[in-house]
Amino acid sequence: MNKSLKRLLRRIIAAAIIYILALLLPISFSLQLSLFITSYLIVGYSILLKAYRNILRGQVFDENFLMALATLGAFAISEYSEAIAVMLFYQVGEFFQSYAVNKSRKSIAALMDIRPDYANVIRNSETLTVSPGEVAVGETILIKPGERIPLDATVLSGFSSIDTSALTGESLPRDVAPGDAVISGCINLNGVLTAKVNSLMADSTVSKILELVENASSKKAEVENFITKFARYYTPVVVIIAAFLAFVPPLLFSDTSFSDWVYRAITFLVISCPCALVISIPLSFFGGLGAASKCGILIKGSCYLEALAQTGIIVFDKTGTLTKGNFKVTELKPHSLSPQRLLELAAYAEAYSHHPIAQSIQKAYGQPLQLEKIENIKEIQGKGIKAQIEGQTIYAGNQKLMQELGLNIDKGIPAGTIVHITVAKEYAGYILIADEIKEDAINAIPLLKSHGISQTIMLTGDHRSIAEETAQKLGLDQVYSELLPADKVEKIEQLLTSLEYGKKLAFVGDGINDAPVLARADIGIAMGGIGSDAAIEAADIVIMTDEPSKIATAIRIAKGTLKIARQNIIFAIGVKLLVLGLGALGEVSIWAAVFADVGVSVIAILNAIRALYLCPARH
Amino acid sequence: MKKTFTLENLDCANCASKIENAIKEIKGVQSASVSFMMQKLVLEAADEQFEQILAQVKKTIAQIEPDCEITG
Repeated sequence: MNKSLKRLLRRIIAAAIIYILALLLPISFSLQLSLFITSYLIVGYSILLKAYRNILRGQVFDENFLMALATLGAFAISEYSEAIAVMLFYQVGEFFQSYAVNKSRKSIAALMDIRPDYANVIRNSETLTVSPGEVAVGETILIKPGERIPLDATVLSGFSSIDTSALTGESLPRDVAPGDAVISGCINLNGVLTAKVNSLMADSTVSKILELVENASSKKAEVENFITKFARYYTPVVVIIAAFLAFVPPLLFSDTSFSDWVYRAITFLVISCPCALVISIPLSFFGGLGAASKCGILIKGSCYLEALAQTGIIVFDKTGTLTKGNFKVTELKPHSLSPQRLLELAAYAEAYSHHPIAQSIQKAYGQPLQLEKIENIKEIQGKGIKAQIEGQTIYAGNQKLMQELGLNIDKGIPAGTIVHITVAKEYAGYILIADEIKEDAINAIPLLKSHGISQTIMLTGDHRSIAEETAQKLGLDQVYSELLPADKVEKIEQLLTSLEYGKKLAFVGDGINDAPVLARADIGIAMGGIGSDAAIEAADIVIMTDEPSKIATAIRIAKGTLKIARQNIIFAIGVKLLVLGLGALGEVSIWAAVFADVGVSVIAILNAIRALYLCPARH
Repeated sequence: MKKTFTLENLDCANCASKIENAIKEIKGVQSASVSFMMQKLVLEAADEQFEQILAQVKKTIAQIEPDCEITG
């Protein structure tokens, strides 16, 4: 609680005590009135001052002025206790609002407290502590346990665990060793590391993220804009009706009392501030954005939160999004030898190749190669390799090579990249190399379906057979394969036209070469954004981890936020209209009006704060 | 040119939307957005007019919410 808020609280308490004493003590009327006035001035002088100041500037529809007018009006018709109550509760509402707003501003600030304060740079074998902005690319920094990593860097020496939770929402620490990249903003937990700096402060991941989050609220949701517009008309309309109520009916009907109509007008003035809406709607969205970033999902604006809640179609890129994007031996199918022997022969045959497929075979074999065993290696362009290994002639290659050798390979070979092996012209079996599906992707698709996504579609440049098998394993609705990057944009455009009215299309990619597609979709979601500034720039939403299930989390947060916002709108407008209606008929006391103003505000704010807690806690 | 400013002491949500509306009506402003929660103003206007528009923006803010100060 800051100073001015504390002062307001003290004023409220003092005024409330005097007010209650004045009501309860058996004192003369004049003494009671003077206590009332004292109480009123203690709690309301600032409102009166502001009202005076604003009226000089011609701000008639200022809520301070309207509150002042309502309370002074109540005094004028001898409703003393109501006058003070209105002012008192109005200030209680103000106090509560400021408190709630400060609190959520602070909790977001704490969430985003990832800016590194300093860097230990090693220059001429001396360690200096400098601001991260003063470190150049290529310099060596020292990161001690407990320190925040100041800049994106590559580890040169040392082993440690890194806490990435501030950026990814991931609670498990990540182990790093020399050669690994470390991301600015994460915390080094236990080992001392030296690392080579890869980017300037201004280009670092942490700066990009902070910039994104700080600018997020400028892209407002339609609901927010609606409220701004509503507020613009609401106050003048209510005030004009209040003026009408105070003066017109008493002139028309001679048998009614002037003060009765003034009383009704006052109830209108008390409800004339759209505060409950104006504050609780942005607060809800702010909370939703905060909850998402707590989960490692960065959203560039409330408008995307709104769009996300309306998503009907999700289009995925395959490699790097649904699959890990690394080649791995997934199956050994020997014909006549042991699986281990098959792998060994393949590893030897591919010993001198740097192709990713050859490397994945060597990695699967995992033992050092005795290169003297290999003789006469000959590459057969586009087909494979021929080599002498321990005196035997080995062929390792694709289907075309086998056909050339006159071998007929069984049908029913699975999708993926296949390396066939022959030993002494005899077929020895094959090795299947495929991109692995992310474990998380398998759960993600049903989860998305349960959040109301009607279609899940995959686009890929890969072969049809691989694409279809992946899609089938994941349970995707549609798959388009063998696409060039330009085809992907075209496909997205087609899908956009097929969308149901009011539904949105989201595209999920790794952000590396799908920037045009990310831009074309209603919502561009980049995956595994950590360390890739291209992704952070191109997308509307960045998922910091590489889990597709986070999209479902994001949709849940978005829907939750929208629901809270809608509840607040309906509740606040509903109660206000109801009390206004009854107030015009004279069925409502000023007390009810105070509730419709302050009470509704407080309830709407409490409801809005729930949005901050929409990120589910991790086990 | 698009620039972001901090609005210190922006304490009332209704004022924030009033300020936003008033700034949008200033001639030459291409877009304006006031975020009450972040206490930020994002202002977009043509480069050559920017200084002059900014001066008007400051005046507008002072009129609606005298306690609110616009910085860098």
